[in-house]
Amino acid sequence: MYRYDRHDQRFIDERVAQFRDQTRRFLAGELTEDEFRPLRLQNGLYIQKYAPMLRIAIPYGLLSSAQLRTLAHIGRKYDRGYGHFTTRQNIQFNWPRLEDVPDILAELARVQMHAIQTSGNCVRNITTDHFAGVAGDEIVDPRPYCELLRQWSTFHPEFAYLPRKFKIAVSGSPVDRAATLVHDIGVHAVRDQDGEAGFRVLVGGGLGRTPIIGHVIREFLPRAEILNYLDAIMRVYNRFGRRDNKFKARIKILVKDMSIDVFRDHVEADWERIRGGPGAVPDEEVARLASFFDAPPYERFDGEDASFRAALADNRAFSNWVKRNVFPHKVPGYAVVTLSLKKTGVPPGDATSDQMDAVADLADAYSFGELRVSHEQNLIFTDVKQAALLALWGELKALGFATPNIGLLTDIICCPGGDFCSLANAKSIPIAESIQRRFDDLDYLYDLGEIDLNISGCMNACGHHHVGNIGVLGVDKNGSEWYQVSIGGDQGEHASLGKVIGRSFAAVDMPDVIERLVDVYVERRHEDERFIDAVRRLGVEPFRERVYAEAH
Amino acid sequence: MPKLIKDRAVVDDAWTLVREGSIDELPVTPVIIPLGLWQQHRDALHERRDVGVWLAPSDDPDALAGDVSSLSLIAVDFPQFTDGRGYSTARLLREKYAFAGELRAIGDILRDQLYYLQECGFNAFAVRSDRDAAQALRGLDDFSDNYQATVARPLPLFRRRPEADRDVATQSS
Ligand code: SF4
Repeated sequence: MYRYDRHDQRFIDERVAQFRDQTRRFLAGELTEDEFRPLRLQNGLYIQKYAPMLRIAIPYGLLSSAQLRTLAHIGRKYDRGYGHFTTRQNIQFNWPRLEDVPDILAELARVQMHAIQTSGNCVRNITTDHFAGVAGDEIVDPRPYCELLRQWSTFHPEFAYLPRKFKIAVSGSPVDRAATLVHDIGVHAVRDQDGEAGFRVLVGGGLGRTPIIGHVIREFLPRAEILNYLDAIMRVYNRFGRRDNKFKARIKILVKDMSIDVFRDHVEADWERIRGGPGAVPDEEVARLASFFDAPPYERFDGEDASFRAALADNRAFSNWVKRNVFPHKVPGYAVVTLSLKKTGVPPGDATSDQMDAVADLADAYSFGELRVSHEQNLIFTDVKQAALLALWGELKALGFATPNIGLLTDIICCPGGDFCSLANAKSIPIAESIQRRFDDLDYLYDLGEIDLNISGCMNACGHHHVGNIGVLGVDKNGSEWYQVSIGGDQGEHASLGKVIGRSFAAVDMPDVIERLVDVYVERRHEDERFIDAVRRLGVEPFRERVYAEAH
Repeated sequence: MPKLIKDRAVVDDAWTLVREGSIDELPVTPVIIPLGLWQQHRDALHERRDVGVWLAPSDDPDALAGDVSSLSLIAVDFPQFTDGRGYSTARLLREKYAFAGELRAIGDILRDQLYYLQECGFNAFAVRSDRDAAQALRGLDDFSDNYQATVARPLPLFRRRPEADRDVATQSS
């Protein structure tokens, strides 16, 4: 993974010193609440329902074991012994004290981590495919470009006070595992007719209260122009994005109001001006960044490991876990393992400090000391020997991270919701738990196959409910908590937004509602047809009928 | 006389800022006037070398395209420091229109924004009158460098990182 040189280190050290002084001045009454707010937000500090919340960046989801140990330590020393991995590949701590935050940031800086621009109206953490570098279908490895964008976006002096927050995702593969179609900017590796790799650039996608799939602003961008082009997009947005209404301030609204064609004309005109200038990225820089992501020293194996195959044949529980939680690796004899943070009874995405330490040890023992965070809020070991899978499975079971449910109905994406978040209309974690409890029969879950269920506690859609095959949104009706259900959403290269099935439900009814949706699918599916495909074929109507017919 | 940060020093500000007014009421001392007034009376004011123009966040710097070589001062207003449009305005004035005179940030100008403002091309800062300019001056040194190409440092760091700094030898992969 990327390692800081003295420049990178100096920048974050200077940032810690700057924020320490800002915090001191705020506590001394020299900065008002309004003056301090944007400063603390751009250092990850949010004031939540019960306490401050600190959101720490995990750039494009990559972590070393040493960094994870530091997170565990921070959880223990400054928080209540746990953290929450988010859908933006970050981690949040819910109970730090404002006075402690400069010290926390200093501890993070020692392991090349920070909380810079994880909140506020600025460019946020760049996200990407959690299988980057090990997926067989890659056109380019997105990680060097993510690091390039991380550096470009960090302390970008022109774009620190945008109309609203700004999220960028990068995908290096045709299969989009980074939800790039629902980001402010999506960057996709593509090849032109001559086989040259470049980027397709999308703009104006997003979830939140106006969910929109991104528009293609440029079909093919030469790789060297990525920063110049993004500068041009950001500049048009910074100048013309609405600032009078925070609900209309995202770039998607600007693109819609201007039309994508007019927006594109502005961007292309500015790009023409700066194209080929100092911001053009030399090949040597990309090569320098790529050198940090060179493959680890894999051992050589010819094909599948025999002991692994034998274990698959005589251990059904193990083979179930492999089927759901293990993904093929491009190197023979290796596998990609997802640690499920979706055990029933534990808030999705949560991990305790002890678990983090244990995972760090396992990463050292099994996966070259590195791991990843996925936007589905799970952890991933990308480089595990097949021969070691059985042993690793045993260790993960003991930790509670081997629930074999990746991609299944109980692998729920869920925001912190009303238990933690002051913006929430409703709780989301207890809904996830009640659904997980209802669907506790693993055989039945396997039979159902892949179903994404996403839950958000309000319109801000941190739980990505619009792109869940089943989406649940907390709504407020006269001060009580209700849940609106949609179906037909999907992420990835066929991204689509779910359709609301009808009036909302009380919390107690939610497991029944989900069960009825699933029943319709089971009765009417074709062989090997996934839930999302059945919804696309049948439409919303049969599902709606069943849910509301039996409800009363 | 009010204080101003200019070229990294606290100095007396000789210019009067006219937020709104008519041409007849302009002082005879150096004055910064709104874009609209300038556009109406450009010809009459052209003789005066001590007239500067200020732009609101929504003003297009293109409106001064023909004046950049004759104006000695352009100011950009920040009604609230959280309104970041002026950063792009400044950068366009410097990089697209090659304005070389004094570029002054006015309005809600506070210490914690000075560094980024400087990087975007401002060289003068009319710090909000209830704050101490000498204190604010330190904000210009919050950081020692940037990753990006900026007005202040036209080459991005990746074009300046000397070979010797690199932890890992460059190799193509
Ligand atoms: S979706 Fe709403 S409730 Fe959930 S974390 Fe985001 S803002 Fe909070």
